[in-house]
Amino acid sequence: MISTARQPTSALGQAGATEAPPLEIHDLTVSYHKKPVLWGIDLVVPAGKLVGIVGPNGAGKSTLIKAVMGLLPLNSGWVKIYGKSFQKNLKRVGYVPQRESVDWDFPVNVMDVVLMGRYGHLGLIKRPSKRDREIARECLDKVKMLPYSDRQISNLSGGQQQRVFLARALAQESDVYFMDEPFSGVDAATESAIITLLHELRAKGKTILVVHHDLPTARNYFDMLLLLNMRVVAFGPTEEVFTYELLQKTYGGRLTILSEVAEAVRQKV
Amino acid sequence: MSELIPPFHWHTFLFSPWNDPLIATSNFWIVLMGFMVATACGLVGNYLIVRRMALVGDAISHSVLPGIAIAFLVSQTRGSTAMFIGALIAGIVTTIIIEVIHKKTRVKQDAAIGIAFTSLFAIGVILISLFAAQIDLDQECVLYGEIGYIGPEALAGEHTRIFGIPLGPITVARMILVTIATCVLIALFYKELLVSSFDPGLASSLGINATMVHYGLMSWLSVVVVSSFESVGAILVIGMLILPGATAALLTARFPRILLLTVLNAALSSLGGVHLATWLNCSPAGAMVVMASLLFSAAWIFSPHDGLIRRWYYMRGAGTSEPSEATVELTSK
Repeated sequence: MISTARQPTSALGQAGATEAPPLEIHDLTVSYHKKPVLWGIDLVVPAGKLVGIVGPNGAGKSTLIKAVMGLLPLNSGWVKIYGKSFQKNLKRVGYVPQRESVDWDFPVNVMDVVLMGRYGHLGLIKRPSKRDREIARECLDKVKMLPYSDRQISNLSGGQQQRVFLARALAQESDVYFMDEPFSGVDAATESAIITLLHELRAKGKTILVVHHDLPTARNYFDMLLLLNMRVVAFGPTEEVFTYELLQKTYGGRLTILSEVAEAVRQKV
Repeated sequence: MSELIPPFHWHTFLFSPWNDPLIATSNFWIVLMGFMVATACGLVGNYLIVRRMALVGDAISHSVLPGIAIAFLVSQTRGSTAMFIGALIAGIVTTIIIEVIHKKTRVKQDAAIGIAFTSLFAIGVILISLFAAQIDLDQECVLYGEIGYIGPEALAGEHTRIFGIPLGPITVARMILVTIATCVLIALFYKELLVSSFDPGLASSLGINATMVHYGLMSWLSVVVVSSFESVGAILVIGMLILPGATAALLTARFPRILLLTVLNAALSSLGGVHLATWLNCSPAGAMVVMASLLFSAAWIFSPHDGLIRRWYYMRGAGTSEPSEATVELTSK
């Protein structure tokens, strides 16, 4: 094993065969105030897939991402990123937290926020270099936010804020991305921009896990779906998993959502 | 009324603090100490403001009382070093208590701050009244040190020398070191402080321990607060933790510029404060804080960024839109 573990070109696919999967979770249990939120999660996510995580409110979708990122203590089980612990593979993981989780009145501009994505590549004391700024500009361009790079972040719309967060994740130049509800509260233009971007990332062999709220669109957006409700109800290719029975099992007896599901399944036929 | 406020002449206001060589030397040390305190407090205060923890400094400056009392009981001296260590430990304990209450119960952070510092302050009051016989110490002398005494002290006492440079009385010398250390620490950990203040989730995912950064910041806040207020008084410390940063934030929305403006503000407040204090013959610490609040008011009214005048001008001129950067940019494109 002389070759380096980190291969930016693993994108091209040849490394995928021998490499450990991007995400492997075994027997994961997490609880808040002694109440379990996730219970016995087992999951292996293959490389190069766009995975949607869906489930009702309180199903533990965000908790799953936070637990994987090491933001929450685990009651049991383990998480591996490309066969190693998260702490040992930090640079290969990109994170997009929920947009509401930060204070958008914070005194920084768009460029400052995107540069934070480069911090993982910088040593202690080091400032972002010209190259880091160049990467940040490219990432802003990809989400069509380059003209706003000097804009104060409090002067952005919700959709623009989300695109800045995506640009920051791109600037991390990671191999596996975790995104917490990137589609929530964004305009139609941003939604399609995000989708285009996710497809681009997948084409480069990146693996992306997205917490998603909207069932009807979930079917069109993702290659694979993880149906989650405290436990893994189902995980597999979207066309196999997006069935009335499995969704009913995930969402329980919630009528409004079930009729939505019925509608969505009908459209499929 | 006219007897209460001395007459104001520009000439005397500008030159009287520096006329007499003795008074000038004394004022020099007062301004220097004020500038050091305001810079250190202001810089650390910026991080408290963006983290919405502005009142933690207030809490720490009260809750060190039991630390000082215990330090006295243990060491049996009123030596500055023992007091400093006692106060520092109490300050750090306060931040830990606040954090534990906030994390482990449903109590919100602001309420947790209120609980922690009033409880500790009360314990301090009890300790002092219980051992009043042994402790030649009262809360007055702890909370209301006075920067004005630094002048005479510098004239009379021994100067602490580092590399042969006279740095004034021990309190001033210590403050100079603390202020320099504050600047160095901010320069070293700029990225870590910024990202963990803005987005702790991202910080952790980048391998930056946000909890460690929090406790590091709080411990340093304790160092700054304790080394400041023993000699300048709580009002100056609490005022300077918030005022320079809040003023700078009205003038610019970029964090590095906020830090620079904070230092400028610290210089103007301490120098202006001494002039104000000479004119009114009042406490320099109070005058410095008044000066800082005057600067805040000026920024509020005149800020080219989002000041009252600019707002008013836009309301009349453009009619409908908010006078924010966004509208300017959009209309210019």
